[in-house]
Amino acid sequence: MSVTLNTRQVGDVTVIDAAGRITLGEGSSTFRDSIKDLVAKENKKILLNLSEVNYIDSSGIGELVSGFTTVSNSGGKLKLLGLTKRVQDLLQITKLYTVFEVFDDEATALSSFN
Amino acid sequence: MGALSQSETIEQNLASTLESVDQAESLVLEMARRIGFNEDDENAISMAVRESMVNAVAHGNKYNGRKQVHLVVEGHPGKLVVTVADEGDGFDESTVADPLAEENLLKQSGRGLLLMRAFMDECTHAKREPRGTVVRMVKLLPAEAQPESIS
Repeated sequence: MSVTLNTRQVGDVTVIDAAGRITLGEGSSTFRDSIKDLVAKENKKILLNLSEVNYIDSSGIGELVSGFTTVSNSGGKLKLLGLTKRVQDLLQITKLYTVFEVFDDEATALSSFN
Repeated sequence: MGALSQSETIEQNLASTLESVDQAESLVLEMARRIGFNEDDENAISMAVRESMVNAVAHGNKYNGRKQVHLVVEGHPGKLVVTVADEGDGFDESTVADPLAEENLLKQSGRGLLLMRAFMDECTHAKREPRGTVVRMVKLLPAEAQPESIS
């Protein structure tokens, strides 16, 4: 299974609920296209909910980083919510915990944008 | 408890496609379960195998239909050894930028080797003759998971 992305708007924050696997191929391109689309529509506050993502490979990590850069370069913010232990471990190993703002709780994450 | 009482080896030649990545993962995980690895270890093994297979299929063989990936899965009591060999042009490990350096943190690629090393107990790369790269990865069963006859 690749990734499915559902987008919802909470105030001025766009929440992307991701589920499945973000890996080389379809999973990573779906994610990339979704971020580009949101940025093109001037959605600059993006919260990526990864609580249902059970697997990310190095290509998927690359896409998260690329998404972060795309949103940041447009003057926006991309933050992460609800990491599984596997994804937490990946961010620790790759030192990306120093790059991303990560939240366990959606309400706290949403209020951090304002 | 480890279930494997004697060594077994599976060898497969796989096509240079992303489907082969899934196939390799399944084969290796089946052996890992029989050796007695727990779920966390299986996740780690799965990650390393997928990274090595993606490197072989995409970077080594460049999805070339005439090239194959040679996979060897060795199950030993208390130890898993996975060897992935491609038929690509080979690569110079010294040219791989450190993905943990501050200036490289936001690069889109270059983390595969880091993950393979992080998730396995051993991970070595060698030149394959006449061409290609061989990756050999070893995962040891933690002592507490081993039957008394091994530990």
